[in-house]
Amino acid sequence: MPHINLSNDFPGIRSLFVYRPETAAPLNALVQALLHNPLPSLSAGERELIATYTSSLNTCFYCTNIHGAIAQHQLGNDAETVKQVLINPETAPISNKLKALLKIAAKVQSGGKNVTSADVEFARSEGATDIEIHDAVLIAAAFCMYNRYVDGLATWQPDNDELYDKMGEQRAREGYLTPPLKVSEMALTDSK
Amino acid sequence: MAHIKLDNDLPGIRGLMAYRPEMAEPLNALAEVLLRDDNNTLTRGERELIGTYVSYLNDCFFCQNVHGALAGHYLQCDIEQIDGIKQDFRSAGADLSPKMKALLSIAESVQKGGKQVTTAQIETAKTAGATDIEIHDTVLIAASFCMFNRYVDGLGTWAPQDRQFYIERAPRRAEEGYQSSVYK
Repeated sequence: MPHINLSNDFPGIRSLFVYRPETAAPLNALVQALLHNPLPSLSAGERELIATYTSSLNTCFYCTNIHGAIAQHQLGNDAETVKQVLINPETAPISNKLKALLKIAAKVQSGGKNVTSADVEFARSEGATDIEIHDAVLIAAAFCMYNRYVDGLATWQPDNDELYDKMGEQRAREGYLTPPLKVSEMALTDSK
Repeated sequence: MAHIKLDNDLPGIRGLMAYRPEMAEPLNALAEVLLRDDNNTLTRGERELIGTYVSYLNDCFFCQNVHGALAGHYLQCDIEQIDGIKQDFRSAGADLSPKMKALLSIAESVQKGGKQVTTAQIETAKTAGATDIEIHDTVLIAASFCMFNRYVDGLGTWAPQDRQFYIERAPRRAEEGYQSSVYK
């Protein structure tokens, strides 16, 4: 049960956005800029993979599942790559560059100072630019915020693949600035 | 030296914001609403205190000094008192209300991980008079500093070591807020 009085029409972070729209606006503007808008940097799918991976390291169920679903849809409905990254990035079907950036993300997750110049040099040797390194660090850092926000208030985090798939498809298509649908309005075949 | 070439010599997060202004905008908007918006039952000083405390726990020199100086400015106490609260807020005595101690305890848990916040801590905060919104904001401020600290340290930014630098800048930051000339 959530630590504060949240609507049960919306799961995870959505319930918090509905609860406090003043903070929702900049939080959504941030994730829109970080993960959805075109960047001179990584693809949306690559950026969502960094977010999903960081969320799994933080063991945040909701965030791992929703960003896993968005990543899947950004990668042309490729659920297998997402699954492999979460099992072990080193053996996942992704570029060496992204593997190096996921290593940096893991370091960020454990603490900013754990990122070493060797980590950064390695990422550069695998083709990462400064902007890509910057963005990987900021995405991982931002998800250390979002994960703590979602778990810290004990939001409702349903175990429903269809729900995450529908939300993920919407977000991959529309970005993060459109309003969420209530779960009760989503015509799920299996509502939990 | 920072891990990437920032092409500016601004310290801490300011150098990063000058490098990547499209990310700076939402980051500053978040700081502004969380820490400076006066439509909040937690004072600016109380909110900056949460920020500096979490930054201390994350061992981020730049962030804890920027926000520690701001906390001191708003709460009208000196840096030694702020340091004392960071090191052991539970012994702060009359300097901190029971509600603030309860909220700092929640912030301390958030720093470790969202699931570390217990219902007992929430109950203690509510008994001490914290509203749902105050609890929400405490968690989000603590969480956001877990982002800011990792951003600042993760890219190896530099920070002036003289703490007076931060104390001198605090009144101007308090006056101007987080959305204008932060990275200038």
